[in-house]
Amino acid sequence: MTDAVTTNIPADRPSTLRRWGQVFRDLIRRPSGAIGVFLVAIHVIVALISPWIVPYDFKTMDSAIILAPPTAEHWMGTDALGRDVLTRVLMGGREALWVCFLAIPLTMIWGGLVGVYLGLRGGWVDEVAMRLVDAFLALPGILPLMVFVFVFGAGNEVLIPTLAFFFGIPVIRVARGATHDVVARDYVLAARARGHSRASIMRRELLPNTLDVMMVEGAMRLSWMLLTFSSLSFLGFGVTPPTPDWGQMISEARVYMSLAPWGVLGPMIALSTLIIGVNLTADALAKTLGIDRTRKAVV
Amino acid sequence: MINLLLRRLALGVVTVWLVSVIIFAGMEVLPGDACTVVLERDAQGEVLENCRKNLGLDKPALQRYLDWAAGAARGDFGLSADGTTKISTEVALRVKNSILLAAGALSVGVPLAILLGVIAGLARDRFPDIFVSTLAIFAMTIPEFVTATILVLIFSIWLGLLPAVVLTPADAPALEFWPEFIPAVIVLVMVMVAHIMRMVRSSVIEVMASEYVQMATLKGVPYWRIVFRHALPNALLPAINVVALTVAWLLGGVVVVEVVFNYPGIGRMMIDAISDRDLPIIQALVMLIAATYVLVNLVADLASMLLNPRLRTLKMRAK
Repeated sequence: MTDAVTTNIPADRPSTLRRWGQVFRDLIRRPSGAIGVFLVAIHVIVALISPWIVPYDFKTMDSAIILAPPTAEHWMGTDALGRDVLTRVLMGGREALWVCFLAIPLTMIWGGLVGVYLGLRGGWVDEVAMRLVDAFLALPGILPLMVFVFVFGAGNEVLIPTLAFFFGIPVIRVARGATHDVVARDYVLAARARGHSRASIMRRELLPNTLDVMMVEGAMRLSWMLLTFSSLSFLGFGVTPPTPDWGQMISEARVYMSLAPWGVLGPMIALSTLIIGVNLTADALAKTLGIDRTRKAVV
Repeated sequence: MINLLLRRLALGVVTVWLVSVIIFAGMEVLPGDACTVVLERDAQGEVLENCRKNLGLDKPALQRYLDWAAGAARGDFGLSADGTTKISTEVALRVKNSILLAAGALSVGVPLAILLGVIAGLARDRFPDIFVSTLAIFAMTIPEFVTATILVLIFSIWLGLLPAVVLTPADAPALEFWPEFIPAVIVLVMVMVAHIMRMVRSSVIEVMASEYVQMATLKGVPYWRIVFRHALPNALLPAINVVALTVAWLLGGVVVVEVVFNYPGIGRMMIDAISDRDLPIIQALVMLIAATYVLVNLVADLASMLLNPRLRTLKMRAK
């Protein structure tokens, strides 16, 4: 009877890293995933190296070449202050990517932990917290962000926590729902029967088993956060000039659009390809992991 | 059934109440009040105290919350921060304009979205679906101000067909916004069609794969009869909630679109109020938008409960 003791863990169970490596390979085998990852990779690379490859300084003005059309010296022309548009397009995604790449992990961690906890805890704590979540979801999307930026300034130390806080609230709901899907499974029951604490059940059973949903959610929220960031910037509640940012560049160049349409084209293409890239990646990730987001209400 | 309705109604009331508390508390916590905004540099000593006394800002917070909430419940939000305009009159005007814009977008967008969603769902993974779904991803992800800029560039500047901005004043009768509000409607339609269409598509796919549709197919029911009689009524029910969210989104101040096209609706009033630091107007608008959101979702939930008997029993069993 000595060999009767066997573990339930199959010998070929892949490590977490290996598994996500496999997911990534499956992801880029889908056409949408390949395009998405390609676009995002290009944008990240450009954002990282742009300070060293841009032809001009992003804030040097030249009154002699205001709103000049594209030439051999200025491939995308110049803006209303005589600054090189190509330089500013190449550097215009740095703030957006930096802020959103920092804010998304924060969003998912705080929203995810609270949501999983509420899903496990249930009872009156869950009931009260969900009413608060409902109330926050009823607030008009971009307004609280504008108010915060207006009052505290548009620095990253304001934008990152503010974005993370407000984007984390719908995540609570998603994480809670994902927890409800697994909390009644036998392995959670077994952990309870073994007398594990809530923290231990969350860490060992719930968080690993809601990770897939959260990854897809995070990728999706990243594309919305980039959209929100650029909208804030477009409305004048984002990056402080002269730091280049696509939303702000479009808003400035729009005024002279009938004279100098090239001023809006560059930032528009750059911004759109980035958000589409993230969105395609998120979509392909959802399909690879077998998670159907469209069935859930868009909040 | 009655219990369920009452519970849902009570939840709505609680949510609106919580929103009012959050808004009021939020405005309390943020630095500055109506007096420091209006007086600017003169906001010190006796002047500041007198101003606060006049506006009743010296009363305890709870008292002010109760006064404000009582007024808000009657639709009276008091005066704007500079004391010149009655908020409810101005808001009513903007709400009318926003409703006009929303109605325009909904009347085109909802039928179009359902049509495209059904086509894409039935032709799953074949040409029409791939085409429509790809377009939807573009419409969903490209920022509204980019779409709007492209529209203006092509149709206003190059072709000269549509006006680039709305010049009609806020208090003009609805008819005068024609044709100026068409570009704004087009941008809104693109975004909403993408969202609703994706929902309808996956719902159609799910229903077409269900056992009763299979059963009907095996019995030899003609394809279009299956689609219209058996599949669509079930597939379109979940669309009610997405449409509700869209309505709430449209009425909740489509800030970017209204700013781009200079449309005098709630969204632009909101951004103006923020720039003017007009706290009473911000409070009033947020309250109104949040209440609309809750109400629209409530109506959608009740409608789907009434239209779908299974939802009633399922939810009751879950409780």
